[in-house]
Amino acid sequence: MSKHQTGPPRWMDRIVELYCRPELLEDLQGDLYEYYERNLKKSRSKANLIFFIDVIKFFRLYTVRKPKILGQMTFFNLFKNYFKTSIRSIARNKLFSSINVVGLAISMSIGILMITYISELLTYDDFHKKSDRIYRIISAYKGISDTEPDLYASTSVFLGKKLKEEYTGIEKVLLMRRNFIKDIAKGENVISVRGHFASEEFFDVFSFKLLSGDPATALKEPNSVVLTKTTAEKLFKDKDPVGEVVTSGEENFVVTGLMEDVPVNSHMQFEALASFSTAENAARKEENSAFLTWRSIWRNYVYLLVPEDGDLNSIQANLNEIASTENAKTDRYAINFELENLADVMPGKDLSNKIGSGVTWQVINMMITLTMIVIISACFNYTNLSIARSLRRSKEVGVRKIVGASRGQVFSQFITEAIIISFIALLISFGISMLIKPEFIQILSGGMKVLLDLRYIHILYFLLFSVAIGVIAGFVPSLILSKLQAISALKDASKLKLLKKINLRRVLIVFQFTLSIAFIIGSTISYKQYKHALNFDLGFNTENILNIDLRGNNSDILLAEMSKLSEVTAHSRSAMVMSTGDTWSDIFKYKDPLDSASAHVNYVDRNYLKVHDFEFLAGDIFPYDLNDGQEAKYVIVDELFIERFGFESPDQAIGEAVTLLQRSGQSRLEIAGVIEGFQYAQIERRRKPVVFFQGSDDSYGYLNLVVKTDDIFSFMGRLESVWKQIDTVHPFRAEFYDDRIKESYEGYAIMFKIFGFLAFLAISIASMGLLGMAVFTTETRIKEISVRKVMGATEKHLVYILSRGFVFMLVIAAFIAMPLTYLFFTSVVLADNANRTPIGAFELLFGVLLIFFLGILTIGWQTWKAAKTNPAEMLRNE
Amino acid sequence: MKGTNLGEFEEVVLLTIASLLDEAYSVNIVDEIGKVTGRKTKLGVVHAVLKRMEDKGLITSELGEPTKERGGRRKRFFQISHSGKIALLKSREQRDKLWSLIPDVVFQGVR
Repeated sequence: MSKHQTGPPRWMDRIVELYCRPELLEDLQGDLYEYYERNLKKSRSKANLIFFIDVIKFFRLYTVRKPKILGQMTFFNLFKNYFKTSIRSIARNKLFSSINVVGLAISMSIGILMITYISELLTYDDFHKKSDRIYRIISAYKGISDTEPDLYASTSVFLGKKLKEEYTGIEKVLLMRRNFIKDIAKGENVISVRGHFASEEFFDVFSFKLLSGDPATALKEPNSVVLTKTTAEKLFKDKDPVGEVVTSGEENFVVTGLMEDVPVNSHMQFEALASFSTAENAARKEENSAFLTWRSIWRNYVYLLVPEDGDLNSIQANLNEIASTENAKTDRYAINFELENLADVMPGKDLSNKIGSGVTWQVINMMITLTMIVIISACFNYTNLSIARSLRRSKEVGVRKIVGASRGQVFSQFITEAIIISFIALLISFGISMLIKPEFIQILSGGMKVLLDLRYIHILYFLLFSVAIGVIAGFVPSLILSKLQAISALKDASKLKLLKKINLRRVLIVFQFTLSIAFIIGSTISYKQYKHALNFDLGFNTENILNIDLRGNNSDILLAEMSKLSEVTAHSRSAMVMSTGDTWSDIFKYKDPLDSASAHVNYVDRNYLKVHDFEFLAGDIFPYDLNDGQEAKYVIVDELFIERFGFESPDQAIGEAVTLLQRSGQSRLEIAGVIEGFQYAQIERRRKPVVFFQGSDDSYGYLNLVVKTDDIFSFMGRLESVWKQIDTVHPFRAEFYDDRIKESYEGYAIMFKIFGFLAFLAISIASMGLLGMAVFTTETRIKEISVRKVMGATEKHLVYILSRGFVFMLVIAAFIAMPLTYLFFTSVVLADNANRTPIGAFELLFGVLLIFFLGILTIGWQTWKAAKTNPAEMLRNE
Repeated sequence: MKGTNLGEFEEVVLLTIASLLDEAYSVNIVDEIGKVTGRKTKLGVVHAVLKRMEDKGLITSELGEPTKERGGRRKRFFQISHSGKIALLKSREQRDKLWSLIPDVVFQGVR
């Protein structure tokens, strides 16, 4: 409290002001001040105290304001009236109401789907009873040359074992390992299953339901498997599989449990679980296995069940302790750990090596932002049109105010109107959302199931959402209308200050059009990038090549049968399909023992390079194909490889030996040929040196058949029947190279779809808004137009006068949107893309022109109509 | 009717207002009661009584000039209304009547 202050503390005053009736306030406060002044002679603090006590004492029935409930009661009484007025006003202005309703409905349909989607994501893993106590350990791996650590959902077995054996404070430590992928057989029945390895704690930690078998021991012994219901039914029909033995190659597995199918909203999905000890046994047999090393954090997962009174800090401290001890042993990398609650797993952080596919918060936030932008844009229509039309409503407001409506009441009346519009829009948007739901699901589901099922609670969400939209849309117009002074509203409506708000309206229109143009440009660019990716010259031929997934079959047998078909003109074998996303790499050295470089690799047979039309700069294809067990001798490298290692020329490289570094040791290989550089990875990645190894039957993954046929369907049918003779377990999987490439660039296609859809929404909303404004402007200026016409203005001139304001706004929107979108795409979306299509004037101008065309069409239609009217009829009415 | 008779404290306040003529406002009334009768009264009590009597129509009030010691707020001056005067007179009359009925012997020794 400052010394200069003469009165009592302000806050005490405030209390009086808060409770005291306004008509008594001045008198009462004055008295208190007078007393205060007297008491000040004693001391300030005493005066303050007495003042405070008096403030409290004056809180009496007769001084206290009547509670506001009465005011609110009138709101409810008046609600019927508000409702009626709103409905009448909506019905009277059919054009404007439908513009508002349709615009809101279109954008709200996306909102509805987003709400459903997000609420579905939030239910993930909530069926685990102990979910609040389950934590996953995530690893932060920082290599010597990295500036930021990479985050992994996986961690090491080493860590899990250490926590289990040497530390306390954790109720259960569950170890898991990815990819238990096997073909399992029971007699004649063979099925392939995908699942994980899990230690015996699995059913203690998670609440997956075991229908048969002992949850405590089901995953204890090596070679035990737990099958889900659907999987078990395929093998055993309705029989209880527990105790049965299934075979997989030479291994036997005992079925120790039957569990319910994994719910869709589980972050891990599997058809079977094998005991973790199975994986441990397998690792023990392998030489140089990295299974138990500190470094091996790529495929294993550790889940902790923390006791109810558990101390997370001490667990984290233990993790840090282990990390610092182990990290001290090497300077090449550092691994640290964090705990993550099960609730934060999905949706969660952007982690690598997740056990299942997941959605990150980043993606969700981006989707919410885009949705919000579209919705807000539709709200602007309402705001704009309502402000424009508010002149017509000002008389109503004036009368209401004169008969005693308070500002709050007028405000709530107009908000009510907006909410009613929004409710009508909700009904329509619900229909629209049902229509676009399948498409939406397709865009959203990247490897994971999206159901978008509706639950009862969603009705509540939708209603709240609708109210929120109504409030956002109606806020500004309601505020402006409720501020109107009764007298000025009734006296001369045309002189109202409302017209000053015209700038706000312009800003809103410019915003809408900027958005539309940006979305159109965005969709054009992504479409062009997609086309660019598809037509990109990879440096080798992919046309008419059919890639058949071998799925573990012997390639010689399949090839022998399939090449009998007359349509197959040539064939080859390879380990993987290049340019479609997968990349394999190895480390190589040439003469300098200290200079090593990583190169992309593929294992291929003799025919491969000829079948795919690679250009040889020197040397030739592999002289022979490897037989079983034969050591590889040759490699074929590309241009970039010889540049990287400083060979003088392609010819000089032929016959030189390079060293391949692998975990099991080094091997020296001779360069048999040099080919031109080509695109091994997807086109957005920069080219790296490439090395082709001589492949063997162990390494081949695909057959590549060159197919020449007019009747592709019957050919595929015959091919499949050949496959079925050889492999009875796996379904036939074959795909043309070009189709595969197309699929691998699906991302751009989806981006195009999303932007295209958003553009469609933004354009329809903006055009409707523009139409509304144009109708309004011509309506209000009809007298001016008539007078001008009488004075001799031509129709052309009138159209010019009426539309120049709008055209000016469109131009501004274009000038904002073009550079922004350009920057957004060049520096954010396609920033890391090595082969991006240039963004030219066409892409930028196309959107602008389209919007101009639509805009001018909209305005032109209205203004032309206005300019054509007979001025005599308009003026006669006066 | 019960409300027609004045309460004891009401009567005191009413009398004080009457005696203060144009200077009767809350703080002054409290001071005056203290000075004349020696009774310590609280502002809150006086306030409540003033409000009640105004509601009954025994007094009327108007706002005066703002003053510095009141933090720039105006004083509310009270004046006794016609019905207030009648009430006072009536009350006095009742008392006088009762006094006149008491024989002097009752107070012997007290005076």
